[in-house]
Formats: sequence, C-alpha cells, structure tokens
Amino acid sequence: MKPPKDRRDRRTPGTAVSRAAVRDTGAGPRARWFPRAPEAHRSNALHAGAWWLWALGLGATASRTTNPLLLALVVGVVCYVVAARRTRAPWSRSYGAFVGLALAVLGVRLAFAVLLGSGVPGTHTLLTLPEVPLPGWAQGVRIGGRVTAEGVVFALYDGLRLATLLICVGAANALAHPARLLKSLPGALYEAGVAAVVALTFAPNLIADVRRLRAARRLRGRPDRGLRGLLQVGLPVLEGALERSVALAAAMDARGYGRTLPVPAAVRRTTAVLTLGGLAAVCAGTYGLLTADGSGYGPPLLLAGTAAVLAGLWLGGRRSPRTRYRPDAWGVRAWLVAASGAAAAVLPLLAGAYGSAALHPSVVPLTAPVLPLWPAAAVLLGLVPAFAAPIPREPS
Amino acid sequence: MIRFEDVSVTYDGQDAPVVRGVDLTVPEGELVLLVGPSGVGKSTVLGAVSGLVPHFTGGTLRGRVTVAGRDTRLHKPRELADVVGTVGQDPLSHFVTDTVEDELAYGMESLGLAPDVMRRRVEETLDLLGLADLRDRPVAALSGGQQQRVAIGSVLTPHPRVLVLDEPTSALDPAAAEEVLAVLQRLVHDLGTTVLMAEHRLERVVHHADRVVLLPAPGAAPVTGTPAEVMAVSPVHPPVVSLGRLAGWSPLPLTVRDARRRAGALRERLARVAPDGPPEPPAHGTPGGAPAEAGPGAPGSRVATHPSRTAAAVPPTHGTPAGPVPGTPGGRTAAGPSGPGAAGSGGLGATGPGAPSATGADGPASAPGGTAAGAGPRRPGLLAGLRAGLFRGRATAASPTAGPAAAPPTAGPGAAGPAPAASVEGLVVRRGRVEALRGVALDVAAGETVALMGRNGAGKSTLLSALVGLVEPAAGRVRVGGAAPHRTAPRDLVRLVGLVPQEPRDLLYADTVAAECAAADRDAGAAPGTCRALVTRLLPGVGDDAHPRDLSEGQRLALALSVVLAARPPLLLLDEPTRGLDYAAKARLVAVLRGLAADGHAIVLATHDVELAAELAHRVVILADGERVADGPADDVVLASPSFAPQVTKVLAPQRWLTVAQVRAALGAAGDGEADA
Repeated sequence: MKPPKDRRDRRTPGTAVSRAAVRDTGAGPRARWFPRAPEAHRSNALHAGAWWLWALGLGATASRTTNPLLLALVVGVVCYVVAARRTRAPWSRSYGAFVGLALAVLGVRLAFAVLLGSGVPGTHTLLTLPEVPLPGWAQGVRIGGRVTAEGVVFALYDGLRLATLLICVGAANALAHPARLLKSLPGALYEAGVAAVVALTFAPNLIADVRRLRAARRLRGRPDRGLRGLLQVGLPVLEGALERSVALAAAMDARGYGRTLPVPAAVRRTTAVLTLGGLAAVCAGTYGLLTADGSGYGPPLLLAGTAAVLAGLWLGGRRSPRTRYRPDAWGVRAWLVAASGAAAAVLPLLAGAYGSAALHPSVVPLTAPVLPLWPAAAVLLGLVPAFAAPIPREPS
Repeated sequence: MIRFEDVSVTYDGQDAPVVRGVDLTVPEGELVLLVGPSGVGKSTVLGAVSGLVPHFTGGTLRGRVTVAGRDTRLHKPRELADVVGTVGQDPLSHFVTDTVEDELAYGMESLGLAPDVMRRRVEETLDLLGLADLRDRPVAALSGGQQQRVAIGSVLTPHPRVLVLDEPTSALDPAAAEEVLAVLQRLVHDLGTTVLMAEHRLERVVHHADRVVLLPAPGAAPVTGTPAEVMAVSPVHPPVVSLGRLAGWSPLPLTVRDARRRAGALRERLARVAPDGPPEPPAHGTPGGAPAEAGPGAPGSRVATHPSRTAAAVPPTHGTPAGPVPGTPGGRTAAGPSGPGAAGSGGLGATGPGAPSATGADGPASAPGGTAAGAGPRRPGLLAGLRAGLFRGRATAASPTAGPAAAPPTAGPGAAGPAPAASVEGLVVRRGRVEALRGVALDVAAGETVALMGRNGAGKSTLLSALVGLVEPAAGRVRVGGAAPHRTAPRDLVRLVGLVPQEPRDLLYADTVAAECAAADRDAGAAPGTCRALVTRLLPGVGDDAHPRDLSEGQRLALALSVVLAARPPLLLLDEPTRGLDYAAKARLVAVLRGLAADGHAIVLATHDVELAAELAHRVVILADGERVADGPADDVVLASPSFAPQVTKVLAPQRWLTVAQVRAALGAAGDGEADA
C-alpha cells in the first residue's frame, strides 16, 4: 500500500513542474525574470475575495460596453484564466454550466429579436417573416415581419454583454467556491454563514437524490425518464432531504454549533443599539445620497451608519467563542489578482475612454466595430491571475 | 465517566419506554460495546450519552445520565460537545463543511480553540487516521471507509473524553473496518479515551471490547459483563462464539487466535468424520429437500448425493479431490473425484463415457467410471469451466430439490444448456474520466449464487448497475437473459433482472405495505396478490397498513426483495444486503436466498460480509480497482485470502470449513453414522 502512494506523491509535483517549465519556455525569456507561480496548497491559496474582485472587475468593464470585440476579449481572458487555474473540485465543474447558460441567453435574445422584431429602425432587410395579424389593442407588439440587420446586430451586442457577465460570475464561482467567501465573514455572522453553506450543499444533494430515485424507478419497471417520473419521485426526495437535514442538525448540535459565551448585559444592549441605529443611519444616508437636495447630509450619515454597523458586528462577535482554522490569507498574489480586476474596471475610466464611440459601436447606421486600444489593454491586464495565482495541484 | 442511573426513555406518542431501567457505569478509558438485536434501543442509549436524547429527539427521559460529571438534563448537546464526540450511522449526514481538513477543524472552531492548537491537532489526526493524502479532497468524493475515518477524525480533534459510535464499521470492507478499529484501539490505549459503541458485526469488534453491555430485548434491563460472559448468553454472537458454544469451550473464545489454540481436539474430531472438510459444498448445505437425510442410514443413497451436489457447486477447475482415506466408506472416496468428472463431462458434452458414468452414479459401483472420466477433462481450462457452469445451471434449475434421481437426465444435454442468466464480457464502464470497471468478465448460471467482494470503491456496485442497465458500458458486452439491459425498456427488464439497492427504501414509494405490493404487481404485470404473498412468506406479521419507513432495516429489505421478486426475475442482484441487519435477520435472509437459488434464481450479491459469502455463495469474484482479480469456487477463494476468510475457516484451517452450520452438520452426521454402525 505504501510504496505506490509514495511514488505517486513524488510524481505529482514532477508533472506540475514540467508542465510549468513547458509553459515558460513557450513564453520565451520572461521565464527568467518572472517568478514562477508555486503549486497551490492551503496556505498559499488565493483569497476567495481576490477572485471575486477580479471577476467582478472584468464584469464591470463588460457591462459598460457593447463592443463585440472587447466583449470577446473579456470572454477570452476569463476562459484562459479559468482553464489555467481551475481545480478539479466539484464546484469547478459549474463553469461549463455557466457557459451553457450564457449561450442560451444569447440565443434567446437573438430569437426574440428575430421573431418579435426590435425597436431599432433599420434599412437593411435580411428576410421577411410572415407577420401574425394582431388586434388593435396590441399596438406596438408585432410577431414576425421584417427582420433587419440592424436589429439583429443590436440584439447580438446586447445579448453578448449579458452572456459575458454570466461567464465572469461563473468564473468566480469555479475559481473560488462561494462557501470560502462566506468563511471570511465577521464572527457575528459566522453561524449564519455556516447555515448558508449548508444550504448551498442542499441543492447538489437534492439533485443526486433525484437521480438515484429515478434510477430506482427503472428497477421497479417504470419508465425512468419523462416528467411523470420526476413528479413521482418528488415526495420521496423531499422526505429524504428532510431526514438528512434533521440528521445534519443533530450532528451540528452535537459538534458544538451555536455555542455562546456569556456576555454582560451592557455589551448585549450596546450591540443591539449600534446595529439597529447603524442600519437606520445607512438607510437614511443612502436616501440622502440619491435625492437631489440631500447631498449635504447623505455621505456623512452613510459613513457613520456603516461604522456603527461594523462596531455592532464586532461587539456581537464577542458572544461567539468561535475561532478560525487557517483562514485564507490576503497576500501579494491576492493583491495582484484583485488589482488586475480593479485595473480592468477603472483604467478605461481614467483614460477617458468612456463615452467614446468605440465602446458603443453604432448600429444605425451599421459600422464595423473597432477595438479601442486603452480598454483592450486594460482587459488584457485581467490575464495576470493566469501567471500570478498558484497552480492547482493535479489530483492524486 | 458515563453514568446511567435507572434511565428509561419514552418517545412521544409511544406507550411503552424504548429502554427501561438502564443502570450503567462506564469508567474512564474503557471500550464498551453495546450489543443486542435490532430495535432494542441501542441508538437511544447512545443518543442519551451525547444529550441528543431527549434534547433533540423529543420524548421523556427518566432517571439521570451524567457524562464527565455533567448532567445531560441541564446541558444541551452543544454544551457537551467538548467532552462527547458522536458519530452516527451515516457519515455523510455528519459533514458540515466540504473538504477533509475543514471538516476535521470544524468542531474545534466551534469550541474556540486557538489557531495553533487547531493546526497541530489537525496534523496529528490526519496522521493518526491515515488521511494525510486526502486533506484537500472534497468529503463527498471519498469512499465509504475514508468518510467513516474522516467522521471519526472530526470528532476526535476536540479531544473528547468520551467517544460514542453507532455502527462504525457496518458499511466498511474488512480491511477498512480493521483500520477504523485499530484507530479506536489506539485512542483507548494511548489517550485513555472512553469509547461506547454499538455494532452488529460482532465478529469484527467483540475482541476489542473491555466490557459488553447486552440489551436482550426491547424494554429489558441490560446485562453487563466481560465479553466472554455476555457472549455465552447473548442472542447475537459472532461465528467464533457459536463454534465455541458448539464445541463446549469455556471460557468462550472471542478471537480466532484463542479459538485456534483450543480447536486441536475439534480439528481431530472433524478430521475423523470428514477428512477433506465439509462433505457438502457450502451453499447447498441445507436447502429445501435436504437429500442427505433422505435415505435412513443407507450408505448408497447417501453417497449418491455427492456427484450431483458436487457437480452442482464445484466447477472442474476445483480439481483437488481428497485422496482416498482408508477407513472411510469407499463410496465417499469415489464421490469426491466423480464430482469434477461429472461436471467436466457435462461441459464438454461429447466425452462419451463421462455422461453415462455420471448418469450411473447411483452407488459405489459407478465410482471408478466417474473417476476415469474425471481424470481426462479435469483440467480443460477456463472455457470448460464456464461451460460446466452452463451445465450446472441447468442441473440445479431442473432439479432444485430432487437429489440423485434427477441428476442423470440433466447430465447429457449439458453442452446444449440454456443461455446463462447473465454474461458480461470485457466490460468497461467510465464515470467521467475514471474507468470504474476495466475489462470485467462474469458469467452467472441459473441457480448459482455469486458473491462479489472487494474493497469499497472497487466497482462492485457499478457492475450490478451495469447488469440492470443503469450505466451504459463504454465497451464490452452485457447480456441478461439474452438482452442488453441498458437498451431494454424498464417494463421488460424487470422480468429479466431485479436489483435490491444498497438503500432498499429507494425502491419504496407508497405509504403502506399493501399499496406498495399492489403497485409492484402492476409494475411487474403479475397476478394481484403475488407480491403480498411473498411479503407474507418473507416477512410474517407485518400488517397491510404499516408504513414502509416505520419498518426495521431487515423488514424493509424483505419488502424491497418481495417487490423485486414479484416479477420473478431469473437474475436477482443484491447490493450490500446485510448492512444494518442483526444476526437473526441475516439468518432469515440466508434462508430466503437459499430457497431462491434452489428454485433456479441466479443470485449475485455485492457484499463485504465474508460470513454471508461463505454461507451462500457457490462462487466468489473479487474485484479490485475495477478489475477482476479472482474468480473461483467460494471455498477456494476465501481459503486463499486471509482478509476474505470467514472466522470458522481461520479457526479450522487447514481443513476447509466455512460455516458453523457445516461443522454442526458434520458432527451431527458423524454422531448418526456412528449410531448406525
């Protein structure tokens, strides 16, 4: 038993190193001055927040443009990073589902534009579908009719933007499990975070149960496909899920979930006042910020409210005896990854590229989109994680 | 450390207490085993220690339970978490986080231990339980044994003074169970942890226990004592204890080693009555009919049963007949070799003299013929073995209980026998990129019982799934009754093959037994009442309106079995059928399955339970890493492997005994024989 394991252990880093070497040779002389990313393990794992900031930064850029070239560049950057740094964990497989969803969104958007027409006036008619006559009260709605190139291109740009956003979120999800992000919550919210994590595992378990029970239907000689099959296993699946939840609750209770420390009544009261007062101040401050005449008192109230809520959370955390086991550290690499995302979102702004026509290529009249230089360079910065983040270990 | 003072527990809505009058003191550093038949309240007693009973389950607890000086009435489970660690039956429902390392740390985080302490203990525990390679793995992706070890590790890290385990080894293969028990042993010896554990598989744990607490019946007061004392009176006991009771050893042996040291006399006695081990192959030990007892004292009829029986159970590759032993009746000596002879000739079919001689195997006179025929085709290799399998199936199918008279007609047409109940060739099954099965071949004849063994994750369940068409083969061929299961409509498939899954309740949808049976008859296209009749036979005393979920594990298994059998599939598959069954339920299952095999059903069981395999199987197939590593007659395979050998085999080696029933029968028969002489 022992020797083969040892051999495998020795071999695993070997393959990773050799692959890294291959990549660096491909990258040319840079291999000499750019320090190679280490193999990932728990202590150098990138903070989940860094991944989410990176993905949201790229998403922010995507949400502010309809330029298909720029959007394609964002998708390419995201896909490359995911391919280079994705682990083999089950949640990493969700990326494929997100890409599928993005494609579906694009398809639906295009189909609607073709079938229902679009509000974009166009002169280039691609084809004319038979139009369904609608009564007078349905004015403004039409089904079928003229399909213009302008309308289709507009829908394509719009759908592409939404699809890119979905792919960015999917990438964050694949690279850093949301559960790991929840672990970085303040102590007072930790218990709620654990509950959320448990809820997150509920759905995959439910799906596994449905699969198992549908398979079992086959053993009873009933068809294992179709909607009826799904409905008939519904009750047993829910029963099973309930039983498992109760068993898990018992296990969590027996393992000390929800233990509290005695705290003085004064601290408890202060916590309540700070949290509630802070929340009220945040609401009022936000209102002030959004109304036209409240810009004077808005920002300070918002800041004060936030501070009060944070203080309340900190005090509330004293009730919980919890400690953290090996929390994700925010190191240099996390800074690099987060900064690359932030740069992708902010640099175009600073360069004054926004508002420029290149980000929103004109549809009427139809023009060929041009890749804007500065935003494209900023998006390319999003490739940093593919070199800075630790390389996931090959599964043994 | 743990103290029960006159404790009785009544759950809400029940009239009688589940456990009553429990007085129990477990001192520090003891490993105490809680035993008893199903449904006597073992889990309730365990739950009372961790405070889950009654804080979590509801109900009324009378009396007082104290753990490390804390009264469980005043302390909730979470406030006992630093002194009591609890692991339930299903490790998966115990996990809160998603990776091994986080899971080990979770309990310590709840208790608020310092980060450096947590780190040190996680590393220690990873080493202690051999989990270091798995530290980053998602818990859901681990095998059963690994999950069980992680679950134990996760309650060990807070260094509880008491560990409470409910059936920690039931779902594990023998090697993984040994690992878990070795860990527990180390905890008790090195750290002074107090362990209270309930377990059905006593053969695995009883010798590790310092004391045993027996709950003999629901509501009965517990009996406490040393393992040997309690085992002497316990209704549930492992095979080595039954053997000890049979042989009248005192004090009772609890381990194979103890038993071996006392077994000298028994071995000699057995050597006198049956020099080559059991006179009858294991699986046919006591099926209905029992021809061995048919002829009252007539040596002819007695000996004549051997050709057909040996032929029915032992393929010709098992070509090691016992040498003639002077002093035993001549007929018996002849019977040994004539078995292979008959089987071999049946397989080859054309071997002229073989068939007639087997046909004429009516008494000692035909023995030379049989031996001569056997000598030729004795080693025809695997092919003949397989074809002998065909013959065998036919023989058993045609004459399940008939005995010698029915043997002749079936010996002739052996070569042209019917298709096997199932045949698998070069089967490859992929799950993602992993090849769960690689080039597996298996043939199962009608009337044959095959035990699939191998460690957790070796591909046993996958093979069963392939046989019912739940997974599609990536390569190779699967045929069940001539059809490819994954392309057959479920409605037709149930008449060819039935699977009782690991969790029998997956098969049950209805809310009463009667509705379940009615649905099963409809599904199978059987006459109304078929399933209910089966339930009545397998499960007497269960009312029509009982809810399937309220049944015990054994009853649920029997109900699922009835549902599957309603379609009368010639091939019956069972996945881990003895999980959670006590010895009595297991014995009933064995009797039922033997009856089915005698009726001509082919049976394939995937099991970790070596005792079950020894009692039932004609053939044992061992899988490892998706490949078939051994395939042969049950006694050959289990004798060759220490981890798959049942206890009786280990005690009586080098003689070839598998079960206590065989030994009892041999001793009893010897008594009869001597009386006759």
